[in-house]
Amino acid sequence: MLYELTESPLDLEALIAAVKTHGSGGLVTFVGYVRETSDDGRAVTGLSYEAHRELALAEMRAIGAEASTRFGPVRVAIAHRIGALALGEAAVAIAVAAAHRSAAFDAAEYAIDELKRRVPIWKKEHYREGEARWRENAAREGR
Amino acid sequence: MKVSVVLFARLREIVGAPRLERLVPDGVTAGDIWSALAAEYPALEELRGSTRLLRNGTFVEAQASLRDGDELGLLPPYGGG
Repeated sequence: MLYELTESPLDLEALIAAVKTHGSGGLVTFVGYVRETSDDGRAVTGLSYEAHRELALAEMRAIGAEASTRFGPVRVAIAHRIGALALGEAAVAIAVAAAHRSAAFDAAEYAIDELKRRVPIWKKEHYREGEARWRENAAREGR
Repeated sequence: MKVSVVLFARLREIVGAPRLERLVPDGVTAGDIWSALAAEYPALEELRGSTRLLRNGTFVEAQASLRDGDELGLLPPYGGG
């Protein structure tokens, strides 16, 4: 189990290592990347993220604990970048290990959906024309 | 009494600082602090309805009163992931 906010590139292998045990029969990962086009079709050059660190980590831990309550025993790791990110870089990474795959898939989807909804992290999109804008998560956005 | 206000994302940009200290009368509420800031920074006003208030790390409503030394966090809608 690993929950972190970091200014360094995300390390998916470290998340996998943190959750995988000899009891793991399946492991699901999700990685969210900086995409070159915004939801409204504008050319993006990069993103910057900031967080309320203490509250964000508490919410991430709570989401991981809830996943086991909802889907049966799962081991969850969540990492989110903060600071300036370039196109193609990973902004968020989640790894979920479980005895069987269905719990791992369900818990991974739950973790990213809940992270977007309730973890205090903010995203600013920087556009090719030079402008930048804070972007809010819509309910069930991007699914 | 003195309270600290911590601001994030677009709220921080509007105010131009991540943290403000304010001397306020006893019995002031979180909503009073917001109103005073919105008077100083009119661009805040339209964000009132979407901003969450955090008193010493716990979410509160606008009616919540503050005490000397309290920290009030102002959190705009989230955009993580």
